[in-house]
Amino acid sequence: MTLRGRMTRLVQDFARTARTIERDVSFMEICGTHTVSACRSGVHSLMPDNIRLISGPGCPVCVTAQRYIDALIELGRRDDITLTTYGDMMRVTGADGSLELARSEGADVRVITSTMDALDIAAAQPDREVVFAAVGFETTAPATAAAVLTAEARDIRNFTILPCHKLVIPAMRTLLSNPDLKVDGFLCPGHVSVIIGSEEYRPIVEEYRKPCVIAGFEPLQIMAGIDRLAEQVMRGEAKLENLYPEAVNPHGNPAARALMDKVFIPGDAAWRALGVMEQSGLDLRPEYAQFDAFQRFGIVLGEDQEPPGCRCGEVITGQCVPRDCSLFGTVCTPINPIGPCMVSSEGSCQAWFKYRRNEMKRRRVDERQEVIA
Amino acid sequence: MCLALPAKIEECEGDTAWVRIGDARMRVNLVMTPEAGVGDWVLVHAGFSIQQVDEATARETWDLIEVIPQEEEDEVMR
Amino acid sequence: MTTVSTSRTPVFNPHARRVVLAHGGGGQLTDELLRDVIRPRLTNDLLDTLDDAALLPVQAGRLAFTTDSYVVQPLEFPGGDIGRLAVSGTVNDLAVCGADPAHLSLSLILEEGLDMEVLRRVLDSVQATAEEAGVTIVTGDTKVVARGQADGMYINTAGIGLVRPRRTLSTDRIQPGDVVILSGTVADHGLAVMLQREAQPWITSELASDVAPLGGMIGGLLDEVQGIVFMRDATRGGLAGVVSDMAEQSGQHLTIDEAKIPIRPETNYAAEMLGLDPLDVANEGKVVVVVRKHKAAAALRSLRAHRLGQRAEVIGAFGEDRDGLCELLTEVGGRRIIQKPYGEELPRIC
Repeated sequence: MTLRGRMTRLVQDFARTARTIERDVSFMEICGTHTVSACRSGVHSLMPDNIRLISGPGCPVCVTAQRYIDALIELGRRDDITLTTYGDMMRVTGADGSLELARSEGADVRVITSTMDALDIAAAQPDREVVFAAVGFETTAPATAAAVLTAEARDIRNFTILPCHKLVIPAMRTLLSNPDLKVDGFLCPGHVSVIIGSEEYRPIVEEYRKPCVIAGFEPLQIMAGIDRLAEQVMRGEAKLENLYPEAVNPHGNPAARALMDKVFIPGDAAWRALGVMEQSGLDLRPEYAQFDAFQRFGIVLGEDQEPPGCRCGEVITGQCVPRDCSLFGTVCTPINPIGPCMVSSEGSCQAWFKYRRNEMKRRRVDERQEVIA
Repeated sequence: MCLALPAKIEECEGDTAWVRIGDARMRVNLVMTPEAGVGDWVLVHAGFSIQQVDEATARETWDLIEVIPQEEEDEVMR
Repeated sequence: MTTVSTSRTPVFNPHARRVVLAHGGGGQLTDELLRDVIRPRLTNDLLDTLDDAALLPVQAGRLAFTTDSYVVQPLEFPGGDIGRLAVSGTVNDLAVCGADPAHLSLSLILEEGLDMEVLRRVLDSVQATAEEAGVTIVTGDTKVVARGQADGMYINTAGIGLVRPRRTLSTDRIQPGDVVILSGTVADHGLAVMLQREAQPWITSELASDVAPLGGMIGGLLDEVQGIVFMRDATRGGLAGVVSDMAEQSGQHLTIDEAKIPIRPETNYAAEMLGLDPLDVANEGKVVVVVRKHKAAAALRSLRAHRLGQRAEVIGAFGEDRDGLCELLTEVGGRRIIQKPYGEELPRIC
């Protein structure tokens, strides 16, 4: 059967479940990769009327504090520094432009796809400092830890990281402690869960009585995850379900967790638009301080200036959707982003703008499957 | 956050492996999956193998990703 | 202390190995470059006059005239090189306007130090592609800039061609019901080049660029099929750029069926690995054709009969709404908007 056929069947089942719920229900996909996959494949357009998908704080670019972006740009502009970054960070704007702009002005900024590339660059040019912009959640943090340990083993002294890794569970707890949060269940990030394991969500399910379903990233996997959430709501249950068992086991990947634990220690972290959350980030352990770019280059973070009128903070906590923001699509667009959720390709505002603008025009697309009758 | 794809290990040398994704070969670091060896399937994220996965489910994921010609349906051009 | 070996024989004619600044100085070395490297490869009656301008006989009618500059890195990539790109790109721009590509200019900006062997290969490729496309290089120029002031070489080509009588192709003519055909697989060029370029030492692939001159295929289509409304070659900005432009410029609603878009499995894999949407990625040998619905089958037959259009497919149709949006019916049956990409696609991990 074709993908379209399989999805149609799944959507029909889901629609039946949704009808029996008889009220409006909101599910949060925590992870930005879920957001993009759902938007890009049109999963949002297949939702029954009473089911709303909202995008959570799981886009590392969106939640990276502006002061951190400013520090990156400042480092990138220094003559003796080669700044290495995942492509995701290039267009995020700080107080003084973006890495893309800094590169155009002569900064040595290199897009890499693996932390080991940054190490290779450092080894190849021992007279220059190489800094890696260490962003991302638990999926990505072990790769940074591995690079630090490899740098130590290979005695690569001109390599440092600017640590800004974030942790998912503390963010979920912060969201849930907000009494205004209207979320009936969580679609949990498949690849973060590969590292941390499914059992990490159990306390959340039990304490807050919210269904949690771990799912993969293909549209059918996402739809199946939302369908399971709806079934739980229909039955009045709050369970932990793992729909991605081929990759996610109860206790995660022990080798990856050990790497993270060896190099990093949880610490308070500032999230863009959300503020400082306790124990929600990863700091380098003191024994790896020589790899800390903050220390080596004496970087002191300034204050964040949230753009006036921007509602990204409410968007990533599910309190409003992008089109509720007066800046959205008018002054704030992917080409001229104001808020962080419009900057990142996996930010909910950009995903909405790119893939769901038609909904703003209130067109009657839903009923039609044929373009030519 | 976090794109990752299943791939099959073709060659190993210490912590480094070459994996196959379709017709492409890609170098990955195996430090997070120390038990994975030639012939095993792993999930690859940012140049690292982050988990060993079993072959049948890995293939299933690719079935979801791959473009399957849809001869029988013609929705736009009816 | 460095030991200098004096035992080797001196290099004969060192400037035959690499481009030096004097090659662009308009003196003897420029003459030598033209005589030994460029002209033997591009010879034809019009170019061989070596006048300051080519004198072209013109028939009555309208001329299409276009120019484009080519700055690709690396200069040579799987499936092509900057020379093939520079001829194909300009030929294709003429062809999609309904013109028969006839003559091209070729302007080379070379970086001091460029390997002469690379230049020879690129010029051979220019000539071979021009022959394939049925065009002649009738005038040209060569400049050399200091090392570091260019990236190996840049090429500018301008081209002219006679527009076929009664061939007005325009988005203004698009009507509801018109059908959109894509001549083959998407994203091959952009991903083939990106895998070579973006410091991806850890990915190897068989992927090759689709760069090709489409004049013959498009000319055949226009000869054989009435009812062609508009054409655009899908280059930078990918298929997404073309279809979103067509919707916006015509003011009509366009629906594209993702399941119909031809894509090679290897291209799809590469796009997945780099976190890119294949619709946003560049092509250099694909044309998007808008045709009246009753002529769609004939157009498809004509394209598929050509070597470069074997995988042509109907991928979408214009609808009744006048909202200027292009919508994608996705692989799984969902719907979303297709928007023009930002401009530079970066590999991402998230």
